[in-house]
Amino acid sequence: MRVALLTVDNVTKRFGGLAALEDVSLSVEAGEIYGLIGPNGAGKTTLFNCMTGLYTVTSGAVRLEGAEVQALKPHQIVKRGFARTFQNIRLFANMTALENVMVGRHARTRANVLGAVLRCRKTRVEEAGIRERALELLNYVGLGGKSRGLASHLSYGDQRRLEIARALSTEPKLLALDEPVAGMNPNERQQMGELFRKLREGGVTLLLIEHDVKLVMGLCDRVAVLDYGRKIAEGPAEEVRNDPAVIAAYLGGEA
Amino acid sequence: MKRVLDSLRRRPRLAFALLTVLLAALPFIMGFGLGNSWVRVLDFVLLYVLLAIGLNIVVGYAGLLDLGYIAFYALGAYLYAWLASPHFGLHLPFWVVLPIGAAFAGLFGVLLGAPTLRLRGDYLAIVTLGFGEIIRIFMNNLNAPFNLTNGPQGMNLIDPVRIATFSFGKPLHFHGLTLPPTYFYYYLFLAFTLLAIFIALRLQDSRIGRAWAAIREDEVAAAAMGINTRNLKLLAFAMGATFGGLAGGLFAAFQGFISPESFTLWESILVLCMIVLGGMGNIPGVILGAILLTMIPEALRYIGDLQRATLGHVVVDPSDLRMLLFGVALVSMMLFRPAGLLPSRQRKREFAAENGVAEQEQASLYDAKA
Repeated sequence: MRVALLTVDNVTKRFGGLAALEDVSLSVEAGEIYGLIGPNGAGKTTLFNCMTGLYTVTSGAVRLEGAEVQALKPHQIVKRGFARTFQNIRLFANMTALENVMVGRHARTRANVLGAVLRCRKTRVEEAGIRERALELLNYVGLGGKSRGLASHLSYGDQRRLEIARALSTEPKLLALDEPVAGMNPNERQQMGELFRKLREGGVTLLLIEHDVKLVMGLCDRVAVLDYGRKIAEGPAEEVRNDPAVIAAYLGGEA
Repeated sequence: MKRVLDSLRRRPRLAFALLTVLLAALPFIMGFGLGNSWVRVLDFVLLYVLLAIGLNIVVGYAGLLDLGYIAFYALGAYLYAWLASPHFGLHLPFWVVLPIGAAFAGLFGVLLGAPTLRLRGDYLAIVTLGFGEIIRIFMNNLNAPFNLTNGPQGMNLIDPVRIATFSFGKPLHFHGLTLPPTYFYYYLFLAFTLLAIFIALRLQDSRIGRAWAAIREDEVAAAAMGINTRNLKLLAFAMGATFGGLAGGLFAAFQGFISPESFTLWESILVLCMIVLGGMGNIPGVILGAILLTMIPEALRYIGDLQRATLGHVVVDPSDLRMLLFGVALVSMMLFRPAGLLPSRQRKREFAAENGVAEQEQASLYDAKA
């Protein structure tokens, strides 16, 4: 049997008495774009944080290519090929765009203190490689001309692109994007949609939290819906869209 | 002046040569121009530059506010005294003792850093301040049951630095010219300081330096980008402490006497002030801060002589004036140059009044709503 890229098995996360996630399970196959939708406060970001090691789960398991990762630290999960972006953009605001992306190369490079101080050939080659790859990625997301600008001076949409470039520089197999088109106009949204397709063609599996149902439906192969910390539906986008429980969750009323 | 600086910038080799000559001749210029006590001041300037560069790694690079830094200076100094004084009857050469002292302090950097990993900002500052005081109080009280530190009396007769048969502890008589030990220590300290500057500059512009900057900017995002924040924070503590321990060892050899009084909280704060005043995270700024805050108090001593000469007696004690001016300098700096005298590129941006485009967009969004 083929092992899913990411599986979430019966994950529960409680904050004190409040259950932010209750028995959530889902699986993401390699190569797909998987959407995670749900009303505000449904627990989407909490699930992201549980998957990427920022929260420890109360119970349940998260598996990356079959290996449990829920007890690992964030940097270890990144090293295994699972990167993320943040809903409230968390760039290194006072570093340039290029420096931001260069930081992302940390997990894939090795220079230690001795190497940094002596700056031997190996370190110099590695450093040049970091810079080159970072510039490539900035071009890839469409920020080629803005590499020297400060991250905090970029426009909102460009900051989101920079976050993606920074996450990509960790060489992820799976990239989790937390509301990547929030606050963008329709034109920018469309451009981002194109970027996501390009990413998938490049071999990156995408996990997407999004509010824009139109974008999700047009882009995602499969969609899961969270409401009050529970998964209420999962399946191909068309199917989920017509699910009465989903309609009730979004519009209110009896399911 | 500006034109001279510009033309030097275009000729880095010439600038380098001039700087070398200046640094080499400085003790003689100071010694013959202002008196030998100023060579001693120069020695202390170099020690403080060394300390400030070490603390800058912790505070300026990694953004961990450490108020107990002087503890590592103390550890380096005491270790030197233990291994090279009559106290235990050990007289190891300085090139053995200094690395051990630096490593010893570095180890303590990790030990003291480890429990503080989860703390940030003010909380970290309070805990490190406590650690600094604990070390000092230990040094003050470890004369019983086993006499380790000789308590408040301190340890004396510490061996001076000795290279082959040449001892740094005695003045050199040469063709009727007498050079006191401060001259030799100047060159020794200068060598170590230049080494520290080199290491700090190289670290800043490296994978490690970028990771520190990322942790300083946003620890969560840094972890989510694959940076092992725990190890890198410990590394920053260890590197900073190592420089502190090295400076401590040099201090012990130079003074020949150490006591807990030299390692008070005030010293920690002084070193931190040097960094803040000069420009956090920027090596030239840090050096400038250390030079100013060591030299100015010494220069203020002349105000006492001036008063005696003009008024016949001392009206305002220069040491009181020192604190006053110090306070005024810090307050006015916070008002006019909050990023320091020579801020780093990054700091300058942080303190720049202009908000980022995105923030401005956000701000105007709120305006539109209201």
